[in-house]
Amino acid sequence: MTEIADKTARYVADFEAFARNGASGAPAWLRELRQGAIARFSELGFPTTKQEEWRFTSVAPIADARFTLQHAARSPLPGHADIERLCVGAGPRVVFVDGRHVPALSTPAELTGGARAGSLAAALRTGADSELTRTHLARHARWRDSAFAALNTAFLADGAFVHVPADVTLGQPLEVVFLSTGQSGSDGPIVSHPRSLIVVERGARAVVVETYAGLSDGVYWSNAVTEVAVGEGARVEVYRVQQEGPRGLQIATTHSRQERDSYLGLHVLTLGAALARHDINAVLDGPGAELILNGLYLLSGGQHADHHTVIDHAQPHCASHEFFNGVLAERAHGVFNGRIIVRPGAQRTDSKQTNNNLLLSTEARADSQPQLEIYADDVKCTHGSTVGPIDQTQLYYLRSRGLSPEAARSILTYGFGAEILDRMQHPDVRERLDRLVRARLG
Amino acid sequence: MSKSKHPLLQVKNLHATAEGREILKGVDLTVNTGEVHAIMGPNGSGKSTLAQVLAGHPAYAVTAGQVLYEGKDLLAMPPEERAREGVFLAFQYPVAIRGITNAYFLRSAVNAIRKHRGDEELGPVEFMDALDEKLKAIGWDSSYLTRPVNDGFSGGEKKRNEILQLAVLDPKLAILDETDSGLDIDALKTVARTVDKLRRPDNATVLVTHYYRILTHIEPDLVHVLAGGKIVKSGGKELALELEEKGYDWLREEAVVA
Repeated sequence: MTEIADKTARYVADFEAFARNGASGAPAWLRELRQGAIARFSELGFPTTKQEEWRFTSVAPIADARFTLQHAARSPLPGHADIERLCVGAGPRVVFVDGRHVPALSTPAELTGGARAGSLAAALRTGADSELTRTHLARHARWRDSAFAALNTAFLADGAFVHVPADVTLGQPLEVVFLSTGQSGSDGPIVSHPRSLIVVERGARAVVVETYAGLSDGVYWSNAVTEVAVGEGARVEVYRVQQEGPRGLQIATTHSRQERDSYLGLHVLTLGAALARHDINAVLDGPGAELILNGLYLLSGGQHADHHTVIDHAQPHCASHEFFNGVLAERAHGVFNGRIIVRPGAQRTDSKQTNNNLLLSTEARADSQPQLEIYADDVKCTHGSTVGPIDQTQLYYLRSRGLSPEAARSILTYGFGAEILDRMQHPDVRERLDRLVRARLG
Repeated sequence: MSKSKHPLLQVKNLHATAEGREILKGVDLTVNTGEVHAIMGPNGSGKSTLAQVLAGHPAYAVTAGQVLYEGKDLLAMPPEERAREGVFLAFQYPVAIRGITNAYFLRSAVNAIRKHRGDEELGPVEFMDALDEKLKAIGWDSSYLTRPVNDGFSGGEKKRNEILQLAVLDPKLAILDETDSGLDIDALKTVARTVDKLRRPDNATVLVTHYYRILTHIEPDLVHVLAGGKIVKSGGKELALELEEKGYDWLREEAVVA
């Protein structure tokens, strides 16, 4: 057996046990989907740094270890206080612990206007929601291209299910919280595969906050996939806060597809995990769609975080504005790869991408790679990236106004993050994220 | 310090280099309290270098000479200490800082200086109250306070922002480095009026300028011509008018002859 096959074989074996036990009640289409996905995972194997897309990020800490599914609900439940600390407000929330939905910590799934926010496992079982999941689930995520998304799809069991029917406006931000206890099972550290589906129909409006957080300094792996479908003329803001534990490993993919004249603001704040990789694949699939992709990573110690984004302009007259800033202290390593594809016929595309990295130590490192692939001629595409220490001219300007070098550095560092925070439209969410950023930067 | 007129700034034989090139070649200048000085001169004569050396720009190295500010060694102070002691430079090219609002920046600066003076720091509300009148003076509404510092500001807006800082920080020694350049006549009048209002018997202003225009709004007590890294001529306000009419070339010839 080759080494790759050996590493994937454990998961294939786990899958067979999973397919026999907990997953047996699933509809036929889902069983088929899972079978296809595990086969694809087995073919692809874990990526290595020899692959272009993984050049700067080694997943050896995942591939070389043995992570098992948490079969029984053994995890000790966190208290309400733990959840409160992670939430923006007292609005609707859906809480998962080690990948399992916890109704006791969640609000009822029924929201105003017929909207629902609950567990995907439940949605898969019932009539109308089951149809909806069948229409959307795994239709947006390109799991065939990614071993991790394929593995998530193979073990697809639970996660958040959000449905906002046409022309309904959610009054408050909806919060989806994925907690990892970091407690090992009898077979060693555990993995969870949270799978979320957010469907916002034509003309609807919603704000969704996804939080991934670790409750201890234990080793665990979280392999998440979220699919977001934005209907015609809908306006959606998705905030994703990653506060995994210091030894947590997180691989995640967010896939979005937008129909015509829709707006999606996708905001990312990456603070946690020893190793994090977040792939964002956004497809602008209807004329007049607009996307704001706005991210901030604050890393220190030996943290490594890699953001790979692909913005696919599949239709004409769409706009995408992407801003990612990184603040890297100590030995941290930040990777940004931003690909923009403008398909043939996607005329009048307006696309802007920037990635700025602030290095707070000589040992910190940032790799920034923009990639433009343009197959239409009437387009406006710009990109730029910077990597460097604090700007000496800015530092001097602040000092010339009486600020100490320490205060000036702190202001400039915060400004790097605030620039991203300022684009977050929901005031309560922005305020909470601002507090997290301030706490992090001290 | 007594209320009567006394030297606030004494520059003695100041030599300074940038990237190894000598730009200031022995500048002598004394500015007393209650005075307005204009420093004029052709491009590249060292005007901005002098202004930046006085504020403590790290890119310039002082190779000889001395600068006393209220009798203390100014050059020994880091830039923030100079600011806290009452030295203010209005930058020729103000620096943009993304992500930080003008209000936060201004309040941080005010509080750094207040703290140094032993005054209580101002909270956001008190600060806004104190700022209101100064904003009006430069013809601004509060929308400029919520914008990031100088980010996306026009040239004129950046200059006004420097003057707003000047008004808010109320320094003893204000150095304006070509604040008049690039301003339209209305903006120039607003700036000049604000600067003029800040004149007191216990403070002083140094206007570094290329043009006579601003001096018709802020009348200088003394005009100096800086050329080739030295002050080659000093005189009353009539010297500015003479420069306006004759340019700078005659001074170079005069310097050579002398």
